[in-house]
Amino acid sequence: MRQVISGNEATSLAVKLARVAAISAYPITPQTTISEKLSEICGSGELNAKFVKVESEHSAMATLIGAASTGVRTFTATSAQGLALMHELLFWASGARLPIVLVDVNRAMAAPWTIWCDQTDSLAQRDTGWLQFYCWSNQEIFDSIICSFKIAEELLVPCMVCYDGFFSSHTYEAVDVAGQSEVDRFLPPRKAEYFLDTKNPQTFSGGTLPGYFMEFRYKLQQAFDRAHGVIDRTYGEFAEQFGRKYDNIESYFTDDAEAVLVASGSAASTALHTVRKLRLDGKKVGLLRIRQLRPFPEQALIDALKPGQQLGVLDRNLSPGTGGVFTQEIRAALGRQGKNQPVYEFVAGLGGRDITENDIKTIFAMLGNGQGDLTQINWVGLKT
Amino acid sequence: MTDYEFCAGHDLYGHMACPGCGEKILLRHVLDVLGPETIIVCPAGCGAVTDGIFPHSIAPVPFLHVPFGATASAAAGIRAGLDMSGREEVTVLAWAGDGATFDIGMGPLSAIAERNENILYCCYDNEAYMNTGVQRSSATPVGSWTTTTPRGHLKTEPKKNIGAIMAAHRIPYFATCSPAFLDDLKMKVTRAGKMKGMRFLHLFSPCPPGWKSDPRDGITLSRLAVECNIFPLYEILDGEKYRLTHRSQGLPVAEYLHKQGRFRYLSDTEKKIIQTDADQFYGLLVSRQDREKNR
Repeated sequence: MRQVISGNEATSLAVKLARVAAISAYPITPQTTISEKLSEICGSGELNAKFVKVESEHSAMATLIGAASTGVRTFTATSAQGLALMHELLFWASGARLPIVLVDVNRAMAAPWTIWCDQTDSLAQRDTGWLQFYCWSNQEIFDSIICSFKIAEELLVPCMVCYDGFFSSHTYEAVDVAGQSEVDRFLPPRKAEYFLDTKNPQTFSGGTLPGYFMEFRYKLQQAFDRAHGVIDRTYGEFAEQFGRKYDNIESYFTDDAEAVLVASGSAASTALHTVRKLRLDGKKVGLLRIRQLRPFPEQALIDALKPGQQLGVLDRNLSPGTGGVFTQEIRAALGRQGKNQPVYEFVAGLGGRDITENDIKTIFAMLGNGQGDLTQINWVGLKT
Repeated sequence: MTDYEFCAGHDLYGHMACPGCGEKILLRHVLDVLGPETIIVCPAGCGAVTDGIFPHSIAPVPFLHVPFGATASAAAGIRAGLDMSGREEVTVLAWAGDGATFDIGMGPLSAIAERNENILYCCYDNEAYMNTGVQRSSATPVGSWTTTTPRGHLKTEPKKNIGAIMAAHRIPYFATCSPAFLDDLKMKVTRAGKMKGMRFLHLFSPCPPGWKSDPRDGITLSRLAVECNIFPLYEILDGEKYRLTHRSQGLPVAEYLHKQGRFRYLSDTEKKIIQTDADQFYGLLVSRQDREKNR
């Protein structure tokens, strides 16, 4: 049934339909309305789940580590400082191979204080061993959460679904909300092979000497290697049943494009809107929307690029001392594949500043006339 | 007394604790009472390390290792998962040292107490960060030497009163237990095990390397701690009803202190302060108990 709902409502409905058994969360803007809605849904009995109302995000993730270890399906949502407070436990969740699903409503990291959007919070967690997806529409948020449980539980790897604070979390869009029986057909109950079981006592995550630790990490990397296939298959099955197809890299107008911009999150939808307008003016521009950071969709990126295209990356995040995280990831992937492709780096929209049609036009102009600087960050919309 | 046998013949064989460690004695007896329908959640610390190194584990029940400050919250998560999968009768046993309980895990501990989570939380208290090599915690007693309260800078602050903190949360059950008084310990574990809601057992856990004491003196020191009013045996029901479960002999604290190298730098004045504190604390417990009787 199509409903006009916010991104955060899309999350809450997806969690309900996924029949999550244990939820734990702590209020933080702009995530809070997810917790509120899920409290209502659990309180009314619409969802038979235990919502553990904890005193911090560190405890929210610790609670889910405990709950997921008993074999049940688990969920939490957070933003920025809250995600950072979970940092230690994010490693623990992936190392312990617990298929927890987390929504991060992207918000810039303080100081100075801010509640507004950028993606530095979740990108800073890229090395914690979580799958990461970035959404640009409320429909995609809903669909990605349903798929994430299936992917995470098959791989025994936790999964983070990210979308932009306010731009997506509090914006209302039409979303096709699937019925319970349809979701049940796609997503069966979690069947844990290893869990805390008094009939079969086992010890989990105990002290490990150098003689074994690397093998645990190697197995985690193997799971991420397998993840490419599992993700493609799962989204393929999803498309078959629900008629909506998602790729880890989505190409728009790139076939004959001379300049291509890579973007993610809500900024990618502004970029697509701008690309369409520029196309009407005869400009040969295109967009690659990247919706997956881990595992990094290296092959899909290579396949999507044509020789000789001017390539720019729009980063709504900053790793001080190097630059935008997506840019560095893309440069690394190209380098690993032996591609000598220059990548222009554009940093914009930090701390919730709007990324406008004009900003995107400026970027394409710089890509087109060689004004961009390859050796440093090209700041967009910066007051100087 | 019931015949507790769960760990009999098992004796947590192969553990890696130091000679004379109190923690493993306590764990064995607590598990004897609770039996196999128990799940342990344990943070970083002596209890985690001495369980064994992968792939070895001495735990006779499911055992979940968690990060240092995560014990209480992870226990609440296990409880939620068990309750949602029809396993309400399984006991969740949080097993944490004093650093994990009095310090880094205090916020989450307060939270699960406030929510009255159905958890049995045991703190084996050896009165410092022993696993990292004897650093002071907020459970370290006044006048104690540790590597971070060295000679000339001994700990000046008294030990945090965990019983009062737990009582302030009005949890159903709080009790202190000593490995020198096993009948008392088993009575309390039995009692706690049958209750629902948040239960907290404060376990006195001798640590020969950290206390600079003879490994063979562990039980003697545990007994003296009780009889000198350093660690009285008592329980608190619903945060209000205090009951002493052992009438102390009121021995001089010097008998307890002088057997331990960690107290060797104490002056006579400091020893007097410790004596006064011990007497006052025991007196307070007696008056709280009497007030309850006279109600």
